[in-house]
Amino acid sequence: MVDLSVQIGSVTLRNPVMPASGTIAEGFAEIVDLGRLGAIVLKTITPDIRQGTQPPRVAEFTDATLFSIGIPSKGPDYLLESTLPVYAGFGVPVVASVSADSVEDFGTLAAYISAPGVAAIEANVSCPNLRAHGQAFGMDPEATAEVIRAMKARTDTPIWAKLTPNVGDIAQIARAAEAAGADALVVSNALLGMAVDAENMRPRLGNVIGGLTGNAVKPVILRMVHQVAQAVSIPIIGCGGIANGEDAVEYLLAGATAVQFGTVNFIEPAAMEDAIAWIEAYCRRHGVTEVRALTGAMSPRHDQKSPLQSAVL
Amino acid sequence: MTATCPAPSTAPDPAPAAAFPIADTACRVVSNEPVNAEYRLLLAEAGPAALTAEAGQFFQLKCPPTTLDRPFLRRPMSVYRIDRQNGQIGFLYKVTGKGTRGLSTLVPGDTLEAIGPLGLGFTLPAGTRHVLLVARGVGLATLTPLVQMARAAGAEVTAILSARNPAMVMSRDELAAQGARVIEVTDTAGDSDMAQVEALLRRLHAEQPFDFAATCGSNRLLQLTKALSAEWQIAGQAAMEAFMGCGMGMCYACVLPVTAPSGETIFKRVCREGPVFSIEEVQSW
Ligand SMILES: Cc1cc2nc3c(=O)[nH]c(=O)nc-3n(C[C@H](O)[C@H](O)[C@H](O)COP(=O)(O)OP(=O)(O)OC[C@H]3O[C@@H](n4cnc5c(N)ncnc54)[C@H](O)[C@@H]3O)c2cc1C
Ligand SMILES: Cc1cc2nc3c(=O)[nH]c(=O)nc-3n(C[C@H](O)[C@H](O)[C@H](O)COP(=O)(O)O)c2cc1C
Ligand code: FES
Repeated sequence: MVDLSVQIGSVTLRNPVMPASGTIAEGFAEIVDLGRLGAIVLKTITPDIRQGTQPPRVAEFTDATLFSIGIPSKGPDYLLESTLPVYAGFGVPVVASVSADSVEDFGTLAAYISAPGVAAIEANVSCPNLRAHGQAFGMDPEATAEVIRAMKARTDTPIWAKLTPNVGDIAQIARAAEAAGADALVVSNALLGMAVDAENMRPRLGNVIGGLTGNAVKPVILRMVHQVAQAVSIPIIGCGGIANGEDAVEYLLAGATAVQFGTVNFIEPAAMEDAIAWIEAYCRRHGVTEVRALTGAMSPRHDQKSPLQSAVL
Repeated sequence: MTATCPAPSTAPDPAPAAAFPIADTACRVVSNEPVNAEYRLLLAEAGPAALTAEAGQFFQLKCPPTTLDRPFLRRPMSVYRIDRQNGQIGFLYKVTGKGTRGLSTLVPGDTLEAIGPLGLGFTLPAGTRHVLLVARGVGLATLTPLVQMARAAGAEVTAILSARNPAMVMSRDELAAQGARVIEVTDTAGDSDMAQVEALLRRLHAEQPFDFAATCGSNRLLQLTKALSAEWQIAGQAAMEAFMGCGMGMCYACVLPVTAPSGETIFKRVCREGPVFSIEEVQSW
């Protein structure tokens, strides 16, 4: 028997596999058994009701997609009255996700949705801070810290800071979030990208810029998890380009305690369930009795850390 | 849940269909032949969940990689044939890009991964007696199973098939065999322009009134069908398309602007609130 359970602060997950925010919805339960997952992470909501960006909203590359959706949101009351009841029956921790235009609204929204069925709240700090001329909160360590402090001040529900990868020094942001009281870090949201259609001379997305996701981004985000793991001691949830059990194990070895599957859910609905089985078989194959022993277990190739690690090229 | 499904007669598995109305099924390809210069018909053995498909619903097909292309997302295809007796589903598709080029490489015995049935199909109002179908191009694939549905409900069907030239009119025999009256209009014959199609529809309605209209595949035919069904005060539906990310209502990539009852424009997901919409709410194809 392999013990697949992991601990994210005070939240126990029966296995380390969960969906990434915004990549599953109610309809997923018509196809897969959500009760087998480690947790269920809901799509980000905002305090107000939003329609999202103009279509087209998706472009496709080899092993990657570029989405710009713009967080269509039905608001917090819909979450409490309609969304939570759908997921309550699976016996799996449900994690909400919030975003807002101001630090105060992050705090207010976190307090408002701190209902009994919410095991943790992700702070999606990849959205524009209206007071910083639209720069994302997550691009600035102090703005990230303010958001986490505002949420921690207003609720006892664990707060997971979901970092943006669109920064120069992810470890610095991670330390700021940890110091502000974050219970865990999700590393990370989507890389910013764009696509142009040469033939019709227009951007492929209605919003011009979107988030690059899917298997192709894995090396970039894996590197960030590794850097963050060396900078903080709170649990890290890896997220970016994970499509199967092997990808997930790579993230655990690099320092993650759990993982989130995003874009792959759109293409292979069984991916998360298959990955759980694969991870268990992997542990057995390697004589690992507890999956949590894999966290950060990547063994160095050389005895001494290379002085050149941050000057790789 | 990935379910492998040989012929349903040998391996009936009612449980997944009941617990999970939508399945990701590994279907065995039965045939995949060209029907004309642009379109192919793909037939595959399907499982119990897939066979519950209704006219207007669709599947998300995994398109095999080729030496040139590696399609990442699945591609939406309307169910063209629902053959519950033989446990098969069929798709009529146009080879347009890397996904459909990949589909065209499938040969009998290969596996086709199909998630479905997805979306909301057509709903005929109770007591419908005469259904008007107006289709162009790929819209035909979507509207064809509606004939089966309408005939089973005891309604007559008149289908207007619009195409560039007679060689591109597909499924004329399929529709006729199912008991539809088929009228072709083509660009080469010069009778497919809107003025002539409108005159044709008015004449047909005067002969034997329509009480339901369905359209797919062309914006101009949509506008005409929409205007006429409003004038005649009959129910109508349109099957719509959008670029899709997931097809399962999860990514919100496939939104279509529609007119809400309040008059304001809102977004609806083609894959979940559609692909079949009421003709009053849709704005353009
Ligand atoms: C509900 C629905 C039902 C459909 N039914 C049929 C059918 O029965 N027969 C048929 O031939 N076609 C149908 N289509 C259109 C079909 O999905 C596209 O032709 C196909 O996705 C093109 O893929 P490709 O890779 O060959 O082309 P590419 O042009 O290489 O596709 C590139 C990208 O654009 C997307 N895309 C391109 N055109 C469309 C489109 N019209 N709709 C949605 N996404 C598109 C693809 O998904 C892909 O991500 C349907 C579309 C929808 C939404
Ligand atoms: C369509 C789509 C919608 C998303 N919506 C959200 C969201 O609402 N909140 C959020 O924090 N991340 C959102 N994300 C980002 C994902 O949660 C995840 O961080 C990203 O997709 C990277 O993982 P992947 O490569 O496995 O897809 C979204 C991603 C996609 C593709
Ligand atoms: S395609 Fe993803 S929501 Fe419709």
